[in-house]
Amino acid sequence: MTRALPLALGALLPLLFAASLAIGPAGVPWGQSLAALVREDGLLTLVMREIRLPRALLAIMVGASLGLAGAAMQGYLRNPLAEPGLIGVSGSAALGAVIAIHTGLAAAFTLGLPLLALAGAAIGVALILFLAGPRGSSLTLILAGIAISALAGAFTSLALNLSPNPFAASEIVFWMMGSLDDRSMTHVWIALPFMAVGWALMLTLGRALDALTLGEDAAEALGMSLTRVRLTLVFGVAAAVGAATAVAGAIGFVGLVVPHILRPFVGARPSRLLLASAAGGAALVLAADIAVRLILPDRDLKLGVLMAIVGAPLFLHLIYKTRKEVA
Amino acid sequence: MSLLSVRDLTVMRGDCPVVDGVSIDLEASEVVGLIGPNGAGKTSLMRGALGILPIGGTSSLAALSPRDRARAVAWMPQSREIAWPVSVESLVTLGRIPHLPAGPGDAAAVTRALDRLDLASFRDRIATRLSGGEQARVLLARVLAQETPLILADEPIAGLDPAHQIATMEMFRDLAAEGRSVLVASHDLGLAARYCTRLVMLDRGRLVADGPPGEVLTDANLREIFGIRARFEIGKDGIVFQLLERVA
Repeated sequence: MTRALPLALGALLPLLFAASLAIGPAGVPWGQSLAALVREDGLLTLVMREIRLPRALLAIMVGASLGLAGAAMQGYLRNPLAEPGLIGVSGSAALGAVIAIHTGLAAAFTLGLPLLALAGAAIGVALILFLAGPRGSSLTLILAGIAISALAGAFTSLALNLSPNPFAASEIVFWMMGSLDDRSMTHVWIALPFMAVGWALMLTLGRALDALTLGEDAAEALGMSLTRVRLTLVFGVAAAVGAATAVAGAIGFVGLVVPHILRPFVGARPSRLLLASAAGGAALVLAADIAVRLILPDRDLKLGVLMAIVGAPLFLHLIYKTRKEVA
Repeated sequence: MSLLSVRDLTVMRGDCPVVDGVSIDLEASEVVGLIGPNGAGKTSLMRGALGILPIGGTSSLAALSPRDRARAVAWMPQSREIAWPVSVESLVTLGRIPHLPAGPGDAAAVTRALDRLDLASFRDRIATRLSGGEQARVLLARVLAQETPLILADEPIAGLDPAHQIATMEMFRDLAAEGRSVLVASHDLGLAARYCTRLVMLDRGRLVADGPPGEVLTDANLREIFGIRARFEIGKDGIVFQLLERVA
């Protein structure tokens, strides 16, 4: 079972990627649209390269970021209910984006929204490190994260409350639902460096997360520096999830559900769960982003909404199963 | 050969010293029992000696780099945490982390540790589904797999059945016969008296006595430090220590 997982995910990802590229309102046959990606075919090539390719790439990047960050957070906190939003970075990145929409910066300047969202994420990280300190327990980290999320949520509500007109308010609400619609290669290039740094940082944590299975004391005696683990985790999660939120909005449940589903397939080892969850998160977001195009092609169903509708019952099912196992 | 040298170790909790100027040494081939009432500072002394708490004074282990320390000493904390439903084998293999990169010796070390704790048949079981006592033995196997010259164990026999309590203490004695040493905190004074080559008694952070069991478990020490009376005899069964009653 443990060996089948890389194979299954390895086969699934290219399939989903191809499907994501091939499916769209243009209604062109699969073969022709995929060929247009590499061969010049007028308008179709433009659609493929400027609309569908960035969308599929962003689905992979965002999904991998959320899955990996979820696995890292759960491993560090030794809690299967932990998720990437817990340190408050998604909340503060969303606040940055909301401010960009509210002030009109997003409309005036294409990159205004993602850049302000990244700035929000950076402020969130600075705040959490200030509040929780570089040393200290994982509990202070969670509490600081909850406080920052609450504060960011409050200011987001304030922005909605004071929105200049109903259109701005609805734009904010729709953005917060999370979507990969209408993104360009610029979004890919702006998010990729941050995500790559975040992935690299989180992937170094494998050994430390394994050691943390035995608790913080035993992990430290096994030669792990908990201070360094914590800083690496906070910066890694913040870079990847901040960038993901900046380009896609708030997409929940991926970071929570994917590690949970994949854990039994990797023998529950936190180190092996990291890469598996990155691949699993990419597959899930790709699949969901295809689904929003197929289910209600004309209604602009938001990715984050679909994810929550599918993710929440799935999560309830998992909790129900866990409850039976624990009892 | 000195495996641990602690000088004037002080550990503060807020303004209150929980370990206060303690000096102890461990040579090779010793099983040293760390005894004292609740709150005497046994755990803080061990964590301070390891250098995972801020300390005053010096400890030879705290002076090492984290990786060198993890090869010099294995630590079994009192809290028996197993966060994820990993297999017993994976859990015990965590003890090999300080010896990375992984080599052929790792599997052999894990097998030796499992055999030593009578856990060979548990290898593929899920650690979190075992009973509390079995989990304690699995965690002890992890400590053994680290194959360090010195082991610090915080109440490793609490919650074990009598046969496994004795088996664990016998194993510590066997390790000492191989030239390794163990510092073991315990409330089981009877087993400590029988199996430890030396006892160190703590009270309110201070070292009260350090010597062979007969010299530490004196009537006066038991009365003043533990508030109990006990019978200590050396007969045909070796040391027999039996608690009798509480004294005012």
